Amino acid sequence: MNAPAYNFAYLDEQTKRMIRRAILKAIAIPGYQVPFASREMPMPYGWGTGGVQVTAAILGPQDVLKVIDQGSDDTTNAISIRKFFAKTAGVATTTSTDEATVIQTRHRIPEVALHANQVLVYQVPIPEPLRFLEPRETETRRMHALAEYGLMHVKLYEDIARFGHIATAYAYPVKVNGRYVMDPSPTPKFDNPKMDNCPALQLFGAGREKRIYAIPPYTKVVSLDFEDHPFEPYRFNAPCALCAAENSYLDEIVTDDKGSRMFVCSDTDYCEGRQAAGHHGALSAAPYKDKAQGGANG
Amino acid sequence: MADQDLLETDQPLLVANALSKSYGRIAACRDVSFSLYPGEVLAIVGESGSGKSTLLQLLSGQLATSGGQVSYRMRDGVTRDLAALGEAERRLLFRTDWGFVHQDPAQGLRMAVSAGANVGERLMAVGWNHYGRIRESASDWLTRVEIDVARIDDAPRTYSGGMRQRLQIARNLVTGPRLVFMDEPTGGLDVSVQARLLDLLRNLVAELHLAVVIVTHDLAVARLLSHRVMVMKGGRVIETGLTDQVLDDPREPYTQLLVSSILPP
Repeated sequence: MNAPAYNFAYLDEQTKRMIRRAILKAIAIPGYQVPFASREMPMPYGWGTGGVQVTAAILGPQDVLKVIDQGSDDTTNAISIRKFFAKTAGVATTTSTDEATVIQTRHRIPEVALHANQVLVYQVPIPEPLRFLEPRETETRRMHALAEYGLMHVKLYEDIARFGHIATAYAYPVKVNGRYVMDPSPTPKFDNPKMDNCPALQLFGAGREKRIYAIPPYTKVVSLDFEDHPFEPYRFNAPCALCAAENSYLDEIVTDDKGSRMFVCSDTDYCEGRQAAGHHGALSAAPYKDKAQGGANG
Repeated sequence: MADQDLLETDQPLLVANALSKSYGRIAACRDVSFSLYPGEVLAIVGESGSGKSTLLQLLSGQLATSGGQVSYRMRDGVTRDLAALGEAERRLLFRTDWGFVHQDPAQGLRMAVSAGANVGERLMAVGWNHYGRIRESASDWLTRVEIDVARIDDAPRTYSGGMRQRLQIARNLVTGPRLVFMDEPTGGLDVSVQARLLDLLRNLVAELHLAVVIVTHDLAVARLLSHRVMVMKGGRVIETGLTDQVLDDPREPYTQLLVSSILPP
C-alpha cells in the first residue's frame, strides 16, 4: 500500500457502504435504477464519476483492475482512472481482459467473453432510456413502475419511418429479465447480445444523475425491436487492418487529410492479443508492440 | 337514431353520482349526477368558470372527487367505481377504452414525433409489435380524418391547427374506444375549419357508435353533435334535457340568456 493519505479506494467506508446497499438493491431488481447519494469525485462529470464510485465500492485489495475507454486501454480517461485506483487503493492493474477481476468501461464491452469471477462496471451518462421522449422524471418513474414501455417503440418506429431501418446505433434499449427497460449506456448495439446471459456481473453507475443499476449474472437481456424489423447488431464490414479480425467492433481512424482511413479493433487488448498470436492485417507492417502495462505496476 | 341506440343498450356506460369538487372554500362542481349510455353524445355547456372542465376531469378520473363517485362499465361488462381502480388499470383504460381530445392539440399530441408514430403510440402501448401493421393502421386512420397519407412522416409541428386537431382525434380513436371526452375540440379554429371538423366528428361518432362527453361554450357545437345537453352555472347543473328541447325551449333564465346571446346568422 502506497497511499496513506487516502482511505482504501479513495471513498470513506460509510460512503462505500451506502453505494454497496444501492448495488445490492440494483442486483435484486435487475434493470431498475436505484437512486444513490452520488459524491463529488476528483474528476469532472462525464469522465466516469458514477463508474468510479461503483468501482471504489466493490474493489478489494486482491482485485485486478482493468479500465477501458471505447475499448481502448491507453486513452486519457482509461489511464487516469487506472492510475487513480493504483494510487488510492494500491490494487494491481492490467490491460488483459482475461486477468482482470474488475473491469471499468466506457462505451464498450470487451470482445473476449467474460467469465463468472469478473465484474463489469459501466460509466453511464444518462441512465433513463425514456428521457428524450418524456422529459418529466416523475412521469418516467411511473412508466417504469407500471411497465408502460410503448413509448420506447415510438422511438424505434420513428427510426424506421425516417431511415427505413432501426438507425439507433448505440444506447440501444434493452429489456432486462422481462421487466425493466434499460439503457445499456452508450455502448454500440454490436455489444448488446453480449449482455444476454452473461456470466459476469454487470453494474452501471451514473454519477451526475445519481443512479445505479445492474444486470446480475446469467440474466436474460433482450434488445427491443419489431417483428418485421428485428434487432441486428451493426458492424462495419471489413477485417481489422492490424489483426484481420472479422468479428470485432471496429474504429474508423483517419490517417491523413486526403481521405485515407483504416479500420481497427476498438478493443486494443483483443487486437494486440491476436497480433501476438500471429494474426496480421493489411496494415500491420509496424513491428508488434510489446505489452508494456500488464500487471507490473501494482 | 339516438333513440334506437338507447333502446338497444339499456345499461349505462358511465354513471356520475352526486359528484362534487371543491378547492378550499370554492366549490367548482356541486352535486352532479347523470348517466351516459353507449353511443350517446352529451354536451356540457356553460360560461367560463362554470365548472365544465372540472367536471370533465372528475369524469375522466384525472382529478380526485371531493364527494360522490363515477362508475364505468368496463369491456367485460362489470361496472366499477373509478376511484377504486388501481393506477395501472386507470391508465390502461385511458389508453384503450377512452379517448381524451384536448382543446390545444399540443397537449394531446407529441409534437416532435411523426404523425404516424402519434397515431401508432396507443397501439404500441398495448403491445403491437409489427411495424408494417402499425403503419397500415396509422395511414388508415389518417385517411379517415382526411389527412393526406403522404404527410404520415411529418411531425404535427408542421401541420395547420385543423389538421392537428384531426390528428389528435385519430390518435384517440385508433384503439377503438367506447367513450371519448372532448374539451372544446373546436376552440381556437376558424369557422370553416370548425364546420369541417364538426362534420367529421359527427360522422365518426355515428359510425363508431361512440359515447361522447363534450365540453363546449359554443352552443352551435352542442346543437350539431349532441343528443343531450347539460347546462352548468356556478358549479351546478341548472338544466338538462334533449338538445333540441333545451336549446329551442329553454326553461331556466340563465339558459334563455345563453341561447339568446347567439348572434342570428
